[in-house]
Amino acid sequence: MTTTTLPRPDTAAGDRPEPVLSVRDLRTAFKTSHGIVRAVSGVSLDVYPGECLGVVGESGSGKSVTFASVMGLVKKPGWVEDGEILYRGRDLTRLSDRELRALRGKDIAMTMQDALTALNPALTVGEQILEVLRAHADDLPRGRAGRAEARRRAVEMLDLVGIPSPADRLNEYPHQFSGGMRQRIMIAIALACRPRLLIADEPTTALDVTIQAQVLELIADIRARLGMSVVLITHDLGVVAEHCDRVVVMYAGQVVETGPTRAVISDPKHPYTQGLLDSIPRLSDLSHPIRPIQGQVPELIDLPPECRFIGRCPKRTPDCRTGIDMRPAGPGRAARCILVGEETEA
Amino acid sequence: MTHMTTDIRRDAAATTATATGRAAEPPVLLRTTDLVKHYDSRRGLWGRITGRPGSLVRAVNGVSLDIRRGETLGIIGESGCGKSTLGRAILRLHEPTSGSVVFDGAEITELGRDPMMKMRRRMQIIFQDPYASLNPRKTVEDILIMPLKLHGLAKGKAARDAAAAMIENVGLKTAHLDRFPHQFSGGQRQRIGVARALILNPEFVVCDEPVSALDVSIQAQIIQLLAELKRELGLTYMFISHDIAVIGYVADRTAVMYLGEVVETGRTRDILAEPRHPYTQALLSAAPRLDEPGKAARIKLTGDLPSPLNPPPGCKFHTRCPHAMDVCRKVAPAPVADAQGHMAACHLIDGASGKAEAPA
Repeated sequence: MTTTTLPRPDTAAGDRPEPVLSVRDLRTAFKTSHGIVRAVSGVSLDVYPGECLGVVGESGSGKSVTFASVMGLVKKPGWVEDGEILYRGRDLTRLSDRELRALRGKDIAMTMQDALTALNPALTVGEQILEVLRAHADDLPRGRAGRAEARRRAVEMLDLVGIPSPADRLNEYPHQFSGGMRQRIMIAIALACRPRLLIADEPTTALDVTIQAQVLELIADIRARLGMSVVLITHDLGVVAEHCDRVVVMYAGQVVETGPTRAVISDPKHPYTQGLLDSIPRLSDLSHPIRPIQGQVPELIDLPPECRFIGRCPKRTPDCRTGIDMRPAGPGRAARCILVGEETEA
Repeated sequence: MTHMTTDIRRDAAATTATATGRAAEPPVLLRTTDLVKHYDSRRGLWGRITGRPGSLVRAVNGVSLDIRRGETLGIIGESGCGKSTLGRAILRLHEPTSGSVVFDGAEITELGRDPMMKMRRRMQIIFQDPYASLNPRKTVEDILIMPLKLHGLAKGKAARDAAAAMIENVGLKTAHLDRFPHQFSGGQRQRIGVARALILNPEFVVCDEPVSALDVSIQAQIIQLLAELKRELGLTYMFISHDIAVIGYVADRTAVMYLGEVVETGRTRDILAEPRHPYTQALLSAAPRLDEPGKAARIKLTGDLPSPLNPPPGCKFHTRCPHAMDVCRKVAPAPVADAQGHMAACHLIDGASGKAEAPA
């Protein structure tokens, strides 16, 4: 279902265009009463123009915190300890609040998982779209003409995300819409200034499957039409398989595997990715037994340098105690496992 | 005509359950007939003053189902389809408005307090949210002993021993008994929820979205645990889920619900291989597929689920159905079943073969 408008950026490394977003060794921590929780520890990833990147992981993997850091939304008791967040060459971690605010919503926009809490219940949806346009659309004329133009664009956005009779519904409040419609409205707000990069944090987790299919198709369609890049944060590998060109698998605050979606799903290199794939019931092959990953995600406090999956890994060796960096694992692929190099060499 | 699961089933059942000679079928453990649960939203003060005819939420609207001993019946549907209400109405946690629930030969909707209490020992429920369904101020041991005390089955050391045995059955340790729910992860809490439901040694368990709140890798652990316990203890499950892949994995037979009604039932493998109701087809095609992305021809449903306060006339699915015809807007389709008990309620289905006619 994915429509790729640009050449797939996962072939030979030399052909790659410059990434829109480049995260380098990002570390984000939160101070808690139990100690410092290192929610994101050394995440690096790239988002290329026009691609849909899936970021997949379970609760506590750090996928949402990574992108909250990108948006400058990590607030006390959390902070970005270290790392670079390069948006078209500019390091976002060095920008002032004001510079960041100018960028956010205009160049990079984010939609949140729970549309009911993310939308302001006291403002009509029209006011919430106009707010973004007023803050960022610098090509609007002044005065009445500008207001009329902003309203026209707001109607256009609601129409784009498939809300029937958009001009009337502009004056309604979030509670007057269904869950799927609210998610569409949040996407409309995010797209109001035609950003280059849309970060969609679990856009369909709260929705029913038939509505999920509608919303994901909408995002794919708009991506193709506007040529923007999309980061789809999700816990659902099925959604990634259907909609993303490339995937980043996160576990316990780290990236453990990355590569073209098809390749990662058909031949996962990291034991965690393998375990995740084995634990999902597949409609295509129900006789295939599901095998859960034993144990639980480690607490992200005072972690030793060892591989973070060691406690649950069926393939662990004594060498895993030393910890490991990402290793190349085929074209456009990498995985954080000591078995990867050995396999390739053998 | 062995075990159809709709209104027409009653005629068939009246003749004989073994009409086709397949005598090996285990007996029906639980049967609902025309089960209805309406919530009256008129109960407000203003409604009582004006006495105006209030609006009824038709959460469950005439559901007839059979569950045979030892099988898992999957109930699938989207939010608001009434699947959880159905589970609660069957256990009389929410009193049914009308209809009948027969459990092991006894009509339970007419039971008084004490006989119902006795019956409950045999029918239990596992809830969706392992965070909200455990009392945060009780230790795990207290939580597990409570049902034994309530039913007067054991107390003191005997109860504690039973709790210790049960906690190990669900993959936790006896050392966990002194802890409080907040000291556990979601998956562990759900194990406690399972232990609490099974400590009374029930025969029938309603599993109400037991894995929906859990991460994928943990979800598989709980599915596996429920399957093992079912085998060891000879349980019968009604497994409610919105995830068709999970249902496909756990359920022998499946009922598909839409707006308070069952629109299709049958053996799970038949429903997955050959879904007959357009809603089931849409549900299947909307499920993201891991290893064959885009393979399912996407059936696009437009619009949202209509409000159960004001359900559409005729076939309730006609407002979103890609094949809706004039008759669908006026007449509710009758359920049609084939010899295998694969039933669907849709005007497209040919009464003779039980199969869907090619939609125009």
